[in-house]
Amino acid sequence: MTSSWWPVAAVVAVVAATVVIGTFGVRVSRTTSDFLVASRSVSPLLNASAIGGEYLSAASFLGIAGLVLSYGVDMLWFPVGYTVGYLVLLVLVAAPLRRSGAYTLPDFAEMRLGSLRLRRVSSVIVVLIGWLYLLPQLQGAGITLHALTGAPQWVGALVVAVVVGVTVAAGGMRSITVVQAFQYWLKLVAIALPAALLVAAWFHRGSPAFAVGDWGTPLSGFGGREYPLYSTYSIVLATFLGTMGLPHVLVRFYTNPDGRAARRTTLSVLVLLSVFYLFPPVFGALGRVYTPELAGTSAADTVVLVLPGRVFGGWLGEALSALVAAGAFAAFLSTASGLSVSVAGVLSQDVLTHDRRLGDGVRRFRIATTIAIAVPFVLALGAARADLAETVTLAFAVAASTFCPLLVLGIWWPRLTVRGATAALLVGGTSALAAVALVLTLGPFHGFVGALLEQPAAWTVPLAFGTAVIVSLRTHDRVPRTTPAAMVRLHTPEELEASR
Amino acid sequence: MSTPERPAKRVTVVHPRTAAARTTSRRGVRRDVHDQTELGVTMLTSLRRAQLRLAVLVVLGVAVVVVGIPLVFLAFPSVREGRVGGLAVGWFVLGVAVFPAICGAAWAYVRHAERNEAAFVDLVERS
Repeated sequence: MTSSWWPVAAVVAVVAATVVIGTFGVRVSRTTSDFLVASRSVSPLLNASAIGGEYLSAASFLGIAGLVLSYGVDMLWFPVGYTVGYLVLLVLVAAPLRRSGAYTLPDFAEMRLGSLRLRRVSSVIVVLIGWLYLLPQLQGAGITLHALTGAPQWVGALVVAVVVGVTVAAGGMRSITVVQAFQYWLKLVAIALPAALLVAAWFHRGSPAFAVGDWGTPLSGFGGREYPLYSTYSIVLATFLGTMGLPHVLVRFYTNPDGRAARRTTLSVLVLLSVFYLFPPVFGALGRVYTPELAGTSAADTVVLVLPGRVFGGWLGEALSALVAAGAFAAFLSTASGLSVSVAGVLSQDVLTHDRRLGDGVRRFRIATTIAIAVPFVLALGAARADLAETVTLAFAVAASTFCPLLVLGIWWPRLTVRGATAALLVGGTSALAAVALVLTLGPFHGFVGALLEQPAAWTVPLAFGTAVIVSLRTHDRVPRTTPAAMVRLHTPEELEASR
Repeated sequence: MSTPERPAKRVTVVHPRTAAARTTSRRGVRRDVHDQTELGVTMLTSLRRAQLRLAVLVVLGVAVVVVGIPLVFLAFPSVREGRVGGLAVGWFVLGVAVFPAICGAAWAYVRHAERNEAAFVDLVERS
């Protein structure tokens, strides 16, 4: 643990930059409609960087390395899954979703099936997924600050919660594409440069061996992970199908001018994510050599932060530690802001609407923001500390069991009914969330039932899809009359739209 | 093809820039798509099915590879313990090789999806 002030200064700089750009950006963006500006002038690469910046969270920056350090090569399925999730999103959802004009998932549900009740159910699930995903961001901030300064875990969580709450409530970060894009490149440099130097140092020192026992062998169940084959497939299913249902991912698609641009942007996002994910496993692998005492402990997630200081002494170690600390906070802040905006937006639009005492739109949005960030903060204080990347994957599992059937069937299957979609959300959501709640309160579990609970996607996703299809077919006389019109909107290429 | 003596098929020759000739047919079919007449719905359904076929093809391709990798590791211990250029096979495949493959699949998908749409627009413009 470094006790130097360099990393702390780097964290303060990232936080300050986020607050300043976030609050001053509002002044600039308030004059014109920020969305229109974004949709006209943002290039696909800038927009893709922003999506990447928002997507690469604590799980990607710290969690993957920690898992690889503790459990070995099977954990590489996490970054693979986070990336392929975008490929599935591109193929099944990107262009039609942009053409639907929906800004949030509840918007899509209402646009496609015209049901207010379905909209409300979707809203509740958006909020729950958002909280579940915010939880590891705040925990990550806690362990990072603890590793850097020895401060108690709640301090880091509080810093991120307050900064995000204030900037989001002030209206910042809402569509400040440039901030998010900058944070992608900061994260990439902060992980790639230390990784390259670490590998160079490792070679320079005669490349000491790091493969201990079964650590480097696939499906060995290294580190006491039971049922590696089931877990692998369940992680794959959750991440492949869950990405499209994450609230902050969907909102970003709105900044594309049209469906075709949405596709091209997603392609760029895939390239950016692929480049980033080459690096975190390097820390996990070299951690076996230089920080083996972290493996299998709750401090495994700090390997990215600790390793540069351990390998390089002097100013280089300090500078690299500062760089990774800055990158980690960029990860917490960007993902947490994106999630808070989505959750607060849904809370203020769909949940708090009936209470007149909450006042006008802006005030309601601020109250919603406070709730959006306060709940996961309280959860972060109380929840059992699982590995960061695993907690995030639980959020993916819930998204895959709820919004994936809604989006995929909604876009491609004209016979989907309101009852079918609602039943799928309720059945998939309840079963996945029940598993998640058990894991976070009473876990970790063992045995096959434990594997089913810790990685629920393999059974909850088919359950949700099956429910949607069976209930829709049984209520086939209730297919909404607006379905053909919705299908035209989702699938008509822009060329026809423009010169109509 | 086998009867070259057959008279050539008759074609209508029209001036391409006649506004009147153009608007009726072209806007007509466009409106068919937007107003969901039987013709419009049929045409759009064919586009939707083509895009769905393409999407399912990509998803199935990915699924076969992804389901297959752990099974190959499970079935062939020699593969599991092999090495590619100094890296163990598992690390090489999951840590490096998958990413260019994912990007390549995405690129091919975008090309084909845009081609499907261009063909559809072309069809509507011409009819």
